[in-house]
Amino acid sequence: MYQADWSVIPQNMHLLLNGVLLTLQISALALIISIPFGIFLGLCRISKNKLVSFLSTAYIEFIRGVPLLVLLFWIFFVLGRFMQLGSYWSAVLGLAAFSGAFVAEIVRAGIESVPKGQMESARSSGMSYTQAMRLIILPQAFRKMLPPLASQFIILIKDSSLVSVISVVDLTLVAKNIVATSFRSLEVWTAVAILYFIITFTLSQIIRIFERKYKLRE
Amino acid sequence: MIRITDVNKSFGETKVLQNINLVVPKSSVYAVIGPSGAGKSTLIRTINALEEIDSGEIMVDGMSIHSKKTDINKVRTDIGFVFQSFNLYPFLTALENVTIAPIQVKKVKKATAIERGKELLASLGLGDKFDSYPSKLSGGQQQRVAIARALAMDPKVMLFDEPTSALDPEMIKEVLDAIRKLAKTGMTMMVVTHEMGFAREMCEQIVFMADGKIVEVAPPEKFFSNPESARAQDFLSKVLNH
Ligand SMILES: Nc1ncnc2c1ncn2[C@@H]1O[C@H](COP(=O)(O)OP(=O)(O)O)[C@@H](O)[C@H]1O
Ligand SMILES: [Mg+2]
Repeated sequence: MYQADWSVIPQNMHLLLNGVLLTLQISALALIISIPFGIFLGLCRISKNKLVSFLSTAYIEFIRGVPLLVLLFWIFFVLGRFMQLGSYWSAVLGLAAFSGAFVAEIVRAGIESVPKGQMESARSSGMSYTQAMRLIILPQAFRKMLPPLASQFIILIKDSSLVSVISVVDLTLVAKNIVATSFRSLEVWTAVAILYFIITFTLSQIIRIFERKYKLRE
Repeated sequence: MIRITDVNKSFGETKVLQNINLVVPKSSVYAVIGPSGAGKSTLIRTINALEEIDSGEIMVDGMSIHSKKTDINKVRTDIGFVFQSFNLYPFLTALENVTIAPIQVKKVKKATAIERGKELLASLGLGDKFDSYPSKLSGGQQQRVAIARALAMDPKVMLFDEPTSALDPEMIKEVLDAIRKLAKTGMTMMVVTHEMGFAREMCEQIVFMADGKIVEVAPPEKFFSNPESARAQDFLSKVLNH
């Protein structure tokens, strides 16, 4: 019978925690980039300008139709070569480009959830389209967008494990390296699964608290 | 003040406005009445270009509303619009609802806008509601905030699209009183309404619409006692017997 030896986990704890940090860092950076990018894409998508709306829709559909793994390879090996991105920024940009398409849909849904009368009363008071969007529509849309954006962050954290294939030393790659030297795959992969779960579960609990607080204030 | 000339508009196949001609002189109050679906909302919304028109011209205070050369954002600051469903900004307080456009659009100093906003709200009986959010206000109070919001831009014309139709009966009076008070200040107004008492008492002319056309324009004494068109007679017999 296989003799489990869990001491490999505390021995490599600092490596695992570094991996956790890098995973969080890359996911957070990707989210921070993908929010303004997604707002831009989402606004383009609902634009009256047919070309602008088509380009944004095409981007969103394309990204949603390509596996993240392939996108990461493409950015790392093609775009990354041209722009000297390195694995870290290839990973961040790849995740952000991927996440942006989903954020765009969250933004569009958020904007469309604001009743039509809000835009009409803003415009009839003399605000330009841009002013009405910025001052009246987006603040309301943003409240609706917060819960799905938070879920998007959790999805990003899980998807970010793929960046290990372009040699970013995130939690997953740390685990692979520890297994390669210690041969303790059962212990290490179990611990890593639990670590991912702790991160995402904690986040979803925090989100739930915020949601409840927000509901009370409405 | 408002001059509508040969205006036509269709939604797809349906002609919603057909050959509309109407002049509302300065300081006059005109009521627009007629059965539902007549095109009343569409007409009043074309006056501040919330709806486009297919042909014709609409002039407000000498500005051609639908001309490409007109800066519509600028012209709209002269036209107050009050909606049936209030359309207050739910995330702003009553006072912020009133001051946001003066501050952001007219670039009025914040302190000045706040002072004027408080004055307007107080004059409409909302002196204790400055910091209330719309969801904490009754329908009648919300509509009065909406009127204050429109007035805060110092418009030359006020347009109302069924301002009391979404209100409970006991709140209709407070909103009509606010509009009455405004009429006495000499504001030029067009009011789409189902309140026949208000139309009869306050308005210089009754504009009766049906099927996308203006069927009859007459002073209230004449319109309510002796309407010319069969459509108006039929409409009045239905409404007044209610
Ligand atoms: N956005 C729209 N798209 C298509 N048809 C519309 C639209 N708005 C109004 N209509 C139609 O135009 C006609 C006039 O509507 P409306 O101006 O709202 O009438 P009223 O305010 O007199 O009840 C109705 O037949 C209505 O169905
Ligand atoms: Mg209507």
